[in-house]
Amino acid sequence: MSERIYVFKRFERFWHWSQAALILFLMVTGFEIHGSYANFGFEKAVGLHTIAAWTLVGLWVFAIFWHFTTGEWRQYIPTTEKVVAMMRYYMKGIFENAPHPFRATRLRKHNPLQRLAYLGVLLFISPLLWITGWLYLFYADWAAWGLADLRLEWVATGHTLGAFLMLAFLIAHLYLATAGHTPSAHIKAMVTGWEEVD
Amino acid sequence: MKYAITRIALLMCCIGWLMPVSHALAGEAKAEIKPLKLTTTADHTKFKALQKEFKSGPEVTRACLGCHTEAAGQIHRTKHWTWEYLNPDTRQTLGKKTVVNNFCISIASNYASCTACHVGYGWKDASFDFKSEENVDCLACHDTTGNYKKPPGFAGHPVTRDTEFPPGSGKIIKGINLTQVAQKVGKSSRDTCGACHFNGGGGDGVKHGDMDSSLAAPTKSVDVHMDAEGLDFTCGTCHASSSHDVAGSRYTPTAQDKKGAHLRGKADNGNPATCVACHGNAPHKQEARLNHHASKIACQTCHIPAIARGGIATKLTWDWSTAGQRDAEGKHIVRKDAKGRIVYESRKGDFTLGENVQPEYVWFNGEVIYTLLGDKIEKSDGVTKINKLGGSPADGKSMIWPMKVFRGSQPYDPVNKTLVTPHTAGNDDSGYWKNLDWDKAIAVGMKASGAPFSGKIDFIKTEMSWPITHMVAPKDKALACIECHRKEGRLAAIQGVYLPGRDGNRLLDTAGWSVALLTLLGVLGHGALRIISRRKH
Repeated sequence: MSERIYVFKRFERFWHWSQAALILFLMVTGFEIHGSYANFGFEKAVGLHTIAAWTLVGLWVFAIFWHFTTGEWRQYIPTTEKVVAMMRYYMKGIFENAPHPFRATRLRKHNPLQRLAYLGVLLFISPLLWITGWLYLFYADWAAWGLADLRLEWVATGHTLGAFLMLAFLIAHLYLATAGHTPSAHIKAMVTGWEEVD
Repeated sequence: MKYAITRIALLMCCIGWLMPVSHALAGEAKAEIKPLKLTTTADHTKFKALQKEFKSGPEVTRACLGCHTEAAGQIHRTKHWTWEYLNPDTRQTLGKKTVVNNFCISIASNYASCTACHVGYGWKDASFDFKSEENVDCLACHDTTGNYKKPPGFAGHPVTRDTEFPPGSGKIIKGINLTQVAQKVGKSSRDTCGACHFNGGGGDGVKHGDMDSSLAAPTKSVDVHMDAEGLDFTCGTCHASSSHDVAGSRYTPTAQDKKGAHLRGKADNGNPATCVACHGNAPHKQEARLNHHASKIACQTCHIPAIARGGIATKLTWDWSTAGQRDAEGKHIVRKDAKGRIVYESRKGDFTLGENVQPEYVWFNGEVIYTLLGDKIEKSDGVTKINKLGGSPADGKSMIWPMKVFRGSQPYDPVNKTLVTPHTAGNDDSGYWKNLDWDKAIAVGMKASGAPFSGKIDFIKTEMSWPITHMVAPKDKALACIECHRKEGRLAAIQGVYLPGRDGNRLLDTAGWSVALLTLLGVLGHGALRIISRRKH
């Protein structure tokens, strides 16, 4: 029979969902600024994008503090254990109703592929977006910072690359949220904090 | 006690006696205080030298010079007088006397008409005496009555008694009372500057596009500075002059002003007519980002959203090659559009006009090189540039500027490969506007210019750029970001800057959307397989 464990604490859930909303909003406004479509109008999109970015910065300050004080940062330490098993499960087992190779515990709430994916977001996509985004915001100060030779084109291209990677991640992430022990298990867990495990 | 009463009675007597006197004194004192704070220290109606009948302009000038002894000498040094300008950077000799444009083309051989806008009297040909003091026209700039007129054809003289002009035409030009004008002189105004500068190119708003009679008493929306009910600037508020030398130039414009707002007492303040001269280089209080825009974009680009914003159309094209048509009776033709604006004249050819026209935008560093009469031009080049503007995104001196680009087709000499200077105005046999004969008109005109003419005539496409700088809109009417930050926006043709919303790496965009789409297809496929397999099991 299944049992329930409490995997996502209240702050973590708040962080996840508010970050999700902000990232979605940043994508909506960001791709408008990029010229991909029109909705708010360029000027408003820039203003909203900037506000959302600073809000996310604020959220991250709390999240980083939380991760380090609670030791939860360890959840993102990569492991090779069961990586192959997970990949085999997604490619084959999941269609054959095979048992999920990973059993979440409070100390290991992410499966090994999740760990790798989130670490990739944390170490590559996010820094790329943050660094280029900050440079973008402070474009007027480049000369004062000794960055006169930096070109907006490079910064903008880096920021756009980050956005596309985040978009691809988001699509995969949304789908894989349904690939738990039951299609709704992960989603319920992210809402209530409680995950059903076998 | 009794003594005290006597004193009071005496005092009251005194007061009673003094009161009417003090009233009278107060009355006299009040009469001495003017109801208005005058901006001038002289009432010219009180000047004996002006209390006489003036039969001509020079007579008035002699009277002016009686007190303003050095004024003519100051004028003699200015472009307004010489119509000549040596560009110190390009070494080109320019000025109205020399340049050829694609409006009425040239003033050579047309002096009597063109010099209606000269600050002088009598410049009808090359014999004009530029040292003459009495031939300086004070009234053109200092009239305040609005009655002072200098009709074309009189070489800059006003008409003082009713005159039939052209002779035999039956048209009477009414004489003006110079005494009245002379007694009411004052500072220059939008009207005095506008009398010529609003009408450049032969009519209201024709040439510049950012200067026309709507600036005589503009609303705030037409010009935030000249707003007649608001700041009420005159031209001279910005084009601040000393020694009669008016600041600002279209031959050597200040494209980028890094000097900041001008301070009294600071030496070498440069051109006082730039926006920066008052507003400084960081004028946006709310949005620092806009100040950064101002390091590459001229203020005019955002703050003058359109050309000809005051309800008066400006000419956009002029095709001289179609001039010369006559109707069935052999008479000149004039055609108008639905709004009553002339779009064809036998004398001049076809025009197009426009109001609220979007400017064209270019990198501009202030360098202007003219194609002058002696310069070789090639029809195979496509379009000959009457003035070539310098500028590039990388020279550190250029800003993105709005331009009125005036396009046309005008006569040229296909053998000598030069522009030509036709004799247009003039009540004579060779004047094109009278007889519509290019051969005669160009031969006479080129002779007056002292330039060789082969006798062959063809037409060549030309264009001329006019930096737009007047008719500054209130800030709420400045361009919105989206006007440029989009594909096919106003700055679509501007190279050398990355414009978010306009630019992007196409490869990255294609790859990015492809990856996102493939990811989506992948997960959809995966999900579909899961649903199918679940049914099986």
